[in-house]
Amino acid sequence: MISATDLRLTFGKGTPLENPALRGMSLTVNQGEFVTVIGSNGAGKSTFLNALSGEVIVDSGNIIVDNQDVTRLPTHKRAARVARVFQDPLAGTCENLSIEENLALAIKRGQRRGLTSAVKKQYIGQFQESLSSLKLGLEDRLGDKMGLLSGGQRQAVSLLMASLTPSSILLLDEHTAALDPKTANFVLELTEKIIAEQKLTALMVTHSMKQALEVGDRTVMLHQGQVVFDIAGKDREGLEVKDLLGLFEKQRGLSVDDDSLLLD
Amino acid sequence: MLSEIAFYGALETGLIYGLVAFGIYISFRVLDFPDLTVDGSFPLGAAVAAMLIIAGWNPWIATGCAVLAGMVAGAVTALLNVKLNILNLLASILTMIALYSVNLRIMGRPNVALLTEDTVLTPWYDLGLAFHQVPVLLFIIVVFAVLILLWRFMKSETGLAMRATGANPRMARAQGIATGGMIVLGVALSNGLVGLAGALFAQSQGAADVTMGVGVIVIGLASLIGGEAVITPSTVVRALLACVVGAIIYRLAIALALNADILGLRAQDLNLITAVLVTLAIVLPGVRTKIANRFTRKSA
Repeated sequence: MISATDLRLTFGKGTPLENPALRGMSLTVNQGEFVTVIGSNGAGKSTFLNALSGEVIVDSGNIIVDNQDVTRLPTHKRAARVARVFQDPLAGTCENLSIEENLALAIKRGQRRGLTSAVKKQYIGQFQESLSSLKLGLEDRLGDKMGLLSGGQRQAVSLLMASLTPSSILLLDEHTAALDPKTANFVLELTEKIIAEQKLTALMVTHSMKQALEVGDRTVMLHQGQVVFDIAGKDREGLEVKDLLGLFEKQRGLSVDDDSLLLD
Repeated sequence: MLSEIAFYGALETGLIYGLVAFGIYISFRVLDFPDLTVDGSFPLGAAVAAMLIIAGWNPWIATGCAVLAGMVAGAVTALLNVKLNILNLLASILTMIALYSVNLRIMGRPNVALLTEDTVLTPWYDLGLAFHQVPVLLFIIVVFAVLILLWRFMKSETGLAMRATGANPRMARAQGIATGGMIVLGVALSNGLVGLAGALFAQSQGAADVTMGVGVIVIGLASLIGGEAVITPSTVVRALLACVVGAIIYRLAIALALNADILGLRAQDLNLITAVLVTLAIVLPGVRTKIANRFTRKSA
């Protein structure tokens, strides 16, 4: 379980560019839940994910992961519990390292690293097995440099890497946004499959309202650094994009003029 | 052409600069941390080894202390960068400048002679080899021992974490790697190797001098880049071999340039030749691909 309470964060405090990114954001994600997060540009989606992963430290509020307060911990000390896939397919892997070396880095996520060989023989079988589930033929290319792979292939491997060791939460930061529609679909299906198979707790930020409703079992909308609505279960069933927009307007008493919200 | 003694001399210094190139490979290539500390840690290693040898210490232990001293210097540079957020290049310049004073303090004077002392080389002269071959033999052993250790390290869990830190720090942090710690460890390791090079250089040349570090960074970079032009560094072993080969080629090229009477070059032209060689080493690989492209285009 992961719970964030009253998170507040202002960038560039005391400067003309002062920007309150989080204004009392609270969200609790229960064990095994798959939550999709939507919101317009500047709603605080990425900042929220960065705050959960530790890339930014919040000004106030607190973040509890599995009963441990991680609010002040830097990224690398949270990594054992928090797994992450980035939006940029190049960001989640090291292009100069081979596929097996990237996987070997991930299999030790959040654990002590010693002086024994990184790519151990006993890992190879496990790597090949996980890679073959992608059906991309990567299981025969363990020694190839990551840089030789396409964006979609790299994102698929990033996803594998994030699920190679157990985590309390998997953060997906618009991880299909930089891919072409067909590849994006492939990665999304893979995401659903991995999350279902391993019963992962996941938080997926997306730009697409349609995707947010089709995937996962709970949808949260952010606006101006806060949660404006949070729907799950029966309320969410059969909901369409226009219903979502209606909900938003009702909640806030304002009309949606941001095109990015309407983008599918 | 080169005399036999000049040839072995070039090999000897080439092997020592191979160690420097290993250090520069770790900082510049593995960590992407442009580190100029080496201009200070090279004479630091020489000074520490020389003073301890004069004080009667075992030369190998003295050399080990030189490695430790180099590591401390590297750690200082890295900590200035990681903890105080000083730009890496500037942090290394600060340490380098500070080391000039430190080195003078350690030696108590600008240079220290070791000619009458027992060094790591002394026992090897009893093997019956020619005088100028002994350092080459010992340094080959040292350089290849270091190469194998470094190779093993880079393939280890910690070494892989270090490579990820330099290649993609955001990803490294997300995998639970303390990137700051990796930078400190890597820059320390790098300067430890340079300290080792300085200690061996002082013992083979018979003196430590406070100015002997000037330009070490350029020579090391020249070796690294030159070596990469000859051996494509597609794997860790190849990258490490490139360091040694590059350093030896560099020293041979310098020796040839200085020995070729037709060119009329003298010892004072050394830095100019270095600059020209480094420029060539940087430009030539690009020219090679251009030529290759021209041929492939024709055939296509």
